[in-house]
Amino acid sequence: MAKIEDRASQSRVAAPGLNDDIGEETRLRMYRMQVEIREAEQRAFDLFLQNLVKGTSHLSLGQEAVATGFAAAMKTGDLSFCTYRGHAHTLARGVPVEKVLGELMQRDNGLMRGKGGSMHLTSADHGVMGSYAIIGAHLPIACGAAWRAQYKGQKDVSVCFFGDGTCNIGAFHEALNFAAVWKLPVIFVCENNLYMEYTPIADVTAVKHPAADRAAAYGLERIVIDGNDADVVYRAARDAYDKARAGEGPSLIECMTYRHSGHSRADPAKYRPEGELEQWKKRDPIAIYRERLLQFGVEEKVIAGIETEVRRVVDEATERCKAAPMPPLDILATDVYADGGFAWRN
Amino acid sequence: MAELTYRDAVARGIAQEMTRDPDVVFFGEDVAKAGGVFKSTVGLLEQFGPKRVRDTPISEQAILGAAMGAAMTGLKPIAEIMFSDFLAVCFDYVANEFGKSRYMSNGQLKCPLVVRTGNGAGSRFGAQHSQSVENWCMMIPGLKVVAPSSPRDVIGLLAAAVRDPDPVIFFEHKSLYATKGEVPDGEIVDRLGSAKILRPGKDATIIALALMVPRALEAAERLQAEHGIDCEVVDVRSLVPLDTQTILGSVGRTHRLFTVEENPRLCGWGAEIVSIVADEAFYDLDGPPVRITTPHIPLPAADILEDIALPTVDRIVDRVRRSLAA
Repeated sequence: MAKIEDRASQSRVAAPGLNDDIGEETRLRMYRMQVEIREAEQRAFDLFLQNLVKGTSHLSLGQEAVATGFAAAMKTGDLSFCTYRGHAHTLARGVPVEKVLGELMQRDNGLMRGKGGSMHLTSADHGVMGSYAIIGAHLPIACGAAWRAQYKGQKDVSVCFFGDGTCNIGAFHEALNFAAVWKLPVIFVCENNLYMEYTPIADVTAVKHPAADRAAAYGLERIVIDGNDADVVYRAARDAYDKARAGEGPSLIECMTYRHSGHSRADPAKYRPEGELEQWKKRDPIAIYRERLLQFGVEEKVIAGIETEVRRVVDEATERCKAAPMPPLDILATDVYADGGFAWRN
Repeated sequence: MAELTYRDAVARGIAQEMTRDPDVVFFGEDVAKAGGVFKSTVGLLEQFGPKRVRDTPISEQAILGAAMGAAMTGLKPIAEIMFSDFLAVCFDYVANEFGKSRYMSNGQLKCPLVVRTGNGAGSRFGAQHSQSVENWCMMIPGLKVVAPSSPRDVIGLLAAAVRDPDPVIFFEHKSLYATKGEVPDGEIVDRLGSAKILRPGKDATIIALALMVPRALEAAERLQAEHGIDCEVVDVRSLVPLDTQTILGSVGRTHRLFTVEENPRLCGWGAEIVSIVADEAFYDLDGPPVRITTPHIPLPAADILEDIALPTVDRIVDRVRRSLAA
């Protein structure tokens, strides 16, 4: 297992206990969110096995703390830019489970009524400004959204999530330099789950930490955090947002984590060394957080109540999606152009 | 009314829109302090300041990606890609992002931006700085594609592009920057998707775009003077949206169709126009439609080679004359 350099948790623990700098309400919210992502992602996998989720899907099982910590530290109006592994980040902004599962099941009740699919989850009302399936594409896009905030004197931050594999594509480097030179309020969040698709990231990267070890090239602080501890993630996110809102420019944060499932639905992940998954499951973000809540004195029945409630929400969402109609055929050619249609000629 | 170069019309067009709307911003490589490598954006930095007119690193993906992010959140960016050949470096945004986000998001996201780019041959720059690549963009659903041929159209169509709610790729022709034309005073706003009949005629329709427009006009004058052939010349101006009604109307009157395209042969915009005319006006035609194009070659640097690669006035005259004589 990778050794984690826990900068943020060392620097920003104001006081020990449940009501420290994070507080009970936020902690319970973060626990609920991690459980919701876990349950929804597991359900997506089950529905795939039933052939009810079509196409492809890229799950964040095991990576729930990253999405949760960053989203929990956001303010309304902050913007998320996600990859094709974006279900978690979409749910974490408060998008209902039914809307996400509906889109995965390509139903009319889906977020985009089946026109985008699993890899393109978007909910502008929740600040989810798209999930991008071309590696690296959304880093410059997030820069543009941050430029708008800077230009208009608005205080929102743009947060861009991507995997370790993205750190080896050109757009990553262009975006980092651009954001640094223009001092943009944008946060680049690398979820290092140790594998670029099927290949160990270490086999194809010149440095040990694909994001953080490049930070110096753009004049940025080197930040590696434990991505499986939502408190650590939350504090690192809060620091970065504060810095961005203060006009002090971008941050690049590498979160060490691990996906419990394969790269995509078609991948059984047989390339993992024996025992690696089991080792990481000992650091399951949800187990870590459940234990912390208990240590802080949250009653077992409160925790169990959250779990029961989330399962009910996911079950009900699943049933509503199964009963939902397929999209009507007449949306095939809508919204190609701003006039709502697809006319390219008179 | 004043005479203006195509180059100066670019700056005037951008200035017109930046003056009108504070959300219009302009950025690209060497565009601010240097005034553009083609000197087409001189004075904008001084007029609008460094917040609205910005130099970027040589990072075409960052430029187009940032334009998209700014556009989807409330700005109206004009981004410059210095040479249109460089669109290949950032083609992800052109092919996968700009035109698809509205559709994939079921209408939640918008992308009102303009990418200005220097297109076309004639500068002896060789194969990677001379191409006409408007057809690269024409084939992508969700984009609009514009290519003006005169200073007046530069201003009017650029204004229409900036005010348009969809992503527009705006092809300026490098060999037209030094050309001059009459431009009215005051605000000029044109309409995308409107072709212009620049020379009425009754014997044949010649459809042209950008640099090929003045060549088609000159060829038409020679065909009239030397061969008594009266050609109608149509400037397409905008490939998407495409004004097929003006084209079909013209072919309905002249019964002959020629396209003059600077792009290499395969999949040029003229092929689409010929296909539309064949589908919808086949029985109006008195002879086969003819496409006059650059051959299917990379462009050479040497002037005598580049000059014969592009459709020339001589070639247009010869091709029209032979077709009508057949």
